[in-house]
Amino acid sequence: MTTIQKKAVNPTAHLSAEDIETLGHELDAIRQEILDSRGAADAAYIRTVIKTQRGLEAGSRALLLFSIFPPAWIAGTTGLSIAKILENMEIGHNIMHGQWDWMRDPKIHSTTWEWDNASPSDQWKHGHNELHHTYTNVVGKDNDLGYGIMRVDEDQRWVPFYLGQPLWNFINACFFEYGIAAYDLELGKNLAIPKDKRSEDFKARAKQTLRKIRQQAAKDYLVHPALSIPTGSFVPTLAANFTANVVRNLWTHSVIMCGHFPEGVETFEKASIEGETRGEWYLRQMLGSANISGSAAMHMMTGNLSFQIEHHLYPDLPSNRYAEIAPKVKALFDKYELNYISAPLPKQVYSAWHKIVRLSLPNGWLAETTPANAPKQLAKLYKMTTGGPKVRRAIEARSRQEARRRAEAA
Amino acid sequence: MTDTIARPPVLRRARSARLEGTEVQRTLRHRLVRLAEAATTPLVPADYLDHVAPLRSGTDLRARIVDVHAETRDAATIVLKPGADWAGHVPGQYIRIGIDVDGVREWRAYSLTHGPRDDGLISITVKAVPDGKVSNHLVHAARPGTLVHLEQAAGDFVLDQSVTQLLFITAGSGVTPVIGMLRNLFPVTDSGVVDLPRSKDLDIVVVHVAPTEPESIFIDNLRELATHGAIRLVPRYDDQHGVLDVADLTDLVPDIAERTTYACGPGGLLDALTAHHEQAGLKIFTEQFRAGFVEAGDGGTLTVGGITVEADGATPLLDVAEAAGVLMPSGCRMGVCFGCVLSLKEGAVRDLRNGAITTADPISSANGGVPIQTCINAAAGACTIER
Repeated sequence: MTTIQKKAVNPTAHLSAEDIETLGHELDAIRQEILDSRGAADAAYIRTVIKTQRGLEAGSRALLLFSIFPPAWIAGTTGLSIAKILENMEIGHNIMHGQWDWMRDPKIHSTTWEWDNASPSDQWKHGHNELHHTYTNVVGKDNDLGYGIMRVDEDQRWVPFYLGQPLWNFINACFFEYGIAAYDLELGKNLAIPKDKRSEDFKARAKQTLRKIRQQAAKDYLVHPALSIPTGSFVPTLAANFTANVVRNLWTHSVIMCGHFPEGVETFEKASIEGETRGEWYLRQMLGSANISGSAAMHMMTGNLSFQIEHHLYPDLPSNRYAEIAPKVKALFDKYELNYISAPLPKQVYSAWHKIVRLSLPNGWLAETTPANAPKQLAKLYKMTTGGPKVRRAIEARSRQEARRRAEAA
Repeated sequence: MTDTIARPPVLRRARSARLEGTEVQRTLRHRLVRLAEAATTPLVPADYLDHVAPLRSGTDLRARIVDVHAETRDAATIVLKPGADWAGHVPGQYIRIGIDVDGVREWRAYSLTHGPRDDGLISITVKAVPDGKVSNHLVHAARPGTLVHLEQAAGDFVLDQSVTQLLFITAGSGVTPVIGMLRNLFPVTDSGVVDLPRSKDLDIVVVHVAPTEPESIFIDNLRELATHGAIRLVPRYDDQHGVLDVADLTDLVPDIAERTTYACGPGGLLDALTAHHEQAGLKIFTEQFRAGFVEAGDGGTLTVGGITVEADGATPLLDVAEAAGVLMPSGCRMGVCFGCVLSLKEGAVRDLRNGAITTADPISSANGGVPIQTCINAAAGACTIER
């Protein structure tokens, strides 16, 4: 991937400024249709989901009181994993986006909702709603692009540290909720500041996050296991809760990777969004997101983030309506000759992971490597890893030259 | 409670032991609540319990609709079973009720149309007003079984027990709090009106104003009370008698000077009555019935953080407030992130994206206001935002 501005063929080159504004109006019209028809059925939907999720969670936790018995452990852990996924995605994420604020129900409102996750909702809303949704896929502005620890773009200079990024990414996936909390706190940036110079705001937020983590951990790893002691199920319940948290983390991480990482999704330069019009903002959201195709149950389990494109165009429309507007949005992509990226989950997860592995290596290395030249390629990688910046630049220059020659010969 | 009888020492000891018992119970209860909270965080136990027992004690006050029956073509009485924490009411008081109409929580105030009932139920009588979102929903669409939100009864429009000569002047749905008072004084059973000792000295006149006779809610109840001799009924229908002129009251009720007046109806009538009674030096208690509604204009003023500034109809309130030096929460500034949401306490705003108007009526304001995104809403009149 390389930012759209540096590509040889810009996928939006065929659109005039007027085209982009008309596209904006057409997208506004789709939004208005949903606003006009939003009502009692939508309200009933979210209340049913919340009620079902709470019933499932309470039932699963009740089963886990007897988790010493393997069938209870398996059923309870499965139920709790599903309940946690629903709570974070279809319920928490979407309510905190303000998708249900129009109901004016103080109990289901973006300003009052708190979710079952390490990051306090206030901090998550800032990091996610303001930064990620406003600066979607703008390199250097959108923290969701690699969470600040990964190389997500060919234009980022390769250093040996990135060789570890498939591993970092896997660890981040397992403990994703803490990763989210850390980057909502901008932990890396703040820890680099000497302790006595850190802002009061950061200190207050860090305290808030630690308190939330303490409460969350006490619930899953102390209170519920302790309640299971009468049946001798302390350890099995603790293991079940840990498993459910990891399952939830792996799942949410996978879904989120599929939203912006698969091949074909565009990234943008910082300067390109200055003075951006509403039409241009829409266009960036269209090109910067990818959908996951699948069944109704799959959409539900992803919190309808499988309709990532629709969600990024209309982050505040109720999630249950994305499925109905997707064909209309797709029709606009076709009309304006843009690439609507949508594929099944395994394919998108593979695509995202492939990109992470590819970018963990120097540009072009993975593509050039064949069984025949593997020893030579490994030697080159070894040299680039152990040598200094000068060695790396020299090898990179030579690789680019060879690639050009090959292209000319062909 | 006063208790002057000396108790034997043994009993006193037993009593203090019981007290310690309750102290222990309280501590135990407190610990159990803490444990339940630790087990359900970040939610609270009530979030789960409310799904199964929404009317229990110790939670937000709610009620379930148990019956809806038509009074006239466009008015209905809604019978409610209130939650366990319902504290009761005095006839003439009203309740605030929050009901979801088209999925949106709307709050309105209605008078209770009866005294305390043996079955613990309460009821309101609602007249569907033209374009009235909530009143039309309650009269025509509300179904038994629906859960509504409630606040404890409020209002000073209650009878002074020492007064026996009364004049009630009611207009339109303003009859409802008066019906509440009359039903408390003269309960109507299947066998007719019951005379209670406390009501035997009362001398009541009811001047009942309505546009037409068929549109007159509770007219049957009033007639029944009149036939029984409990009240003297003076019906005034606009189509038969013309619109009531307060100067005619002396003719309709010759002994008006000896009576204490209770009036309930629209603001215009109440203003005229108050002026008339003040001039004549008569006692009057009034209750305005319909909450005032906000007319949306184009542009206006913004009051926030203790200052009031001009706000045109095209500039987001967020920008207006910031230009005036108010520290505002903000985020994407394009209607996406909901980081700028504050409560609209008074007035109307217009969504700059689609022109949709959001208004805050006095009842929503009393319940915390209407949350709005300040970055995409502009003033549509004089608005007040709570910072």
